[in-house]
Amino acid sequence: MDFISILSIFVMACFVGYYVVWSVTPALHTPLMAVTNAISSVIIVGALVASAATGGHASSWLGLLAVVFASINIFGGFAVTARMLAMYKSKKKG
Amino acid sequence: MLPAWALIAYLASGVLFILALRGLSSPATSRKGNSYGMAGMAIAVMTTMVTQAPIPEGNWWPRPTPEDLVILGKIVVAIAIGGVIGVTIARRIAMTDMPQLVAAFHSLVGLAAVLVGLAAYLNPEAFGILLPTGVINPVSKIELGLGIAIGAITFSGSVIAFAKLNGNMSGSPIMLPGRHVINLGTLVAILALVAYFTQNEALWVIVAITVLSFAIGFLLIIPIGGADMPVVVSMLNSYSGWAAAAMGFTLHNTAMIITGALVGSSGAILSYIMCKAMNRSFVSVIAGGFGAAPEAGGGAARTDRPWKRGSAEDAAFLMKEAENVIIIPGYGMAVAQAQHVLREMGDQLKKHGVNVKYAIHPVAGRMPGHMNVLLAEANVPYDEVFELEDINGEFAQADVAFVIGANDVVNPAAKTDKSSPIYGMPVFDVDKAKTIFFIKRSMGGVGYAGVDNDVFYMDQTMMLLADAKKMVEDINKALAD
Repeated sequence: MDFISILSIFVMACFVGYYVVWSVTPALHTPLMAVTNAISSVIIVGALVASAATGGHASSWLGLLAVVFASINIFGGFAVTARMLAMYKSKKKG
Repeated sequence: MLPAWALIAYLASGVLFILALRGLSSPATSRKGNSYGMAGMAIAVMTTMVTQAPIPEGNWWPRPTPEDLVILGKIVVAIAIGGVIGVTIARRIAMTDMPQLVAAFHSLVGLAAVLVGLAAYLNPEAFGILLPTGVINPVSKIELGLGIAIGAITFSGSVIAFAKLNGNMSGSPIMLPGRHVINLGTLVAILALVAYFTQNEALWVIVAITVLSFAIGFLLIIPIGGADMPVVVSMLNSYSGWAAAAMGFTLHNTAMIITGALVGSSGAILSYIMCKAMNRSFVSVIAGGFGAAPEAGGGAARTDRPWKRGSAEDAAFLMKEAENVIIIPGYGMAVAQAQHVLREMGDQLKKHGVNVKYAIHPVAGRMPGHMNVLLAEANVPYDEVFELEDINGEFAQADVAFVIGANDVVNPAAKTDKSSPIYGMPVFDVDKAKTIFFIKRSMGGVGYAGVDNDVFYMDQTMMLLADAKKMVEDINKALAD
């Protein structure tokens, strides 16, 4: 992909993000932060590329370390979001 | 080059992340949204793992060598270590500590971005950014430089935010002389180094970018006071997104770019909402210094003004007889861990036929939505919890406004006193309620903004001076009698 295609995806995604986030109810702003935290750890993709590459010992160890950090975030972020969301109950359900 | 199915898989994972955020538009759909998010992440991780081994010509699938399997083993171990740590933390963390946890998680995203950036610099071939001439593609170098810089700022900034929120560091602002000059100079130096990096790819340049960015993250957050942390945490949330997006540009990866843009906008919007709820500009929050020692004269609490002290029995009696009670929780409720006893109080009042509602200010607590989570934890149904603009008209019909651990958000000076530091901030009209109960530890302290609150001295106000949890427990006992 050339730079312009990537930039287009990025700009469009910023607009999607803008409208989707404004539709989030303020009561769920803390879970929103926790889940955005978890998904921003998609940076693990870069960490995996670095870990798997041959021909660079230092870079693959840096990559593995980044995999550990990103995984803490992915698992921790989704788990804590799920824990919070499980607590939101409406009157009808008790 | 990645096979077409992998590109589509990354796109699908980006779309699933959009749906994850979309689900948060209501509590009813939010749990499904979280599952979409997990699915998106699983797809992104699996796709990346599968496509790392070389794919033979005309094949969809790689043929891993034994060496590839060893690498895969290492990666699985790394994910397992991170996963166990992450899940353990997520299960054990107290809901009141959520702001610290989010700050800590942000710091990890930042650190991961720095490590990935450095790894890409050391092994550009693996990232597909090496030109045939043997140098790194200059556009990729700008992306890498910016990605590392934003990642490093996110990391050190979040570490300071964590320390302030967790009480490892004083929440009051630390002001260095000439800090604006130092900060601006450092930022300019970082940008100049990123530009220079395109010309000279020596190791020292990238190390200097990293070190200076760590420093600026630290310098930016230390002058910001504790109650401005909702803005800071949101801002760092946004930065962690931009860091992921920058790495996505380097890797030409749609999932990372979409996610980065989503998270970046999300954090930016939350920062905006928080600033608006305090009637402060983003620049003034970032410049820091708010919530320092109150200025001489107007700032200190004038405790010589007459005020009334109430007791738990007074509160129990009046609320039992009331028709409408509105409860306004603030950060003090979180500190005292009073959310569970507060819900019991609400339940008892409802048994007496009282209509109980909770009113939440956007900046109550230390992060956006902090109070909502605590009330949800205490089993308060979310349809009894209202936002500022939805409930503010109801104070005129309220018999009792029950303020617990909040202060600045009920201060009428924000509406009337142009010289007040909180002037213009939207506040609850508690002064319209027939009776106000105000739980506060003592009359000495003032709110975070360091301003006196006229509500303390109003005719209809009774001050309940005690620890919030202890006071509500006493009220519960009195209600049960």
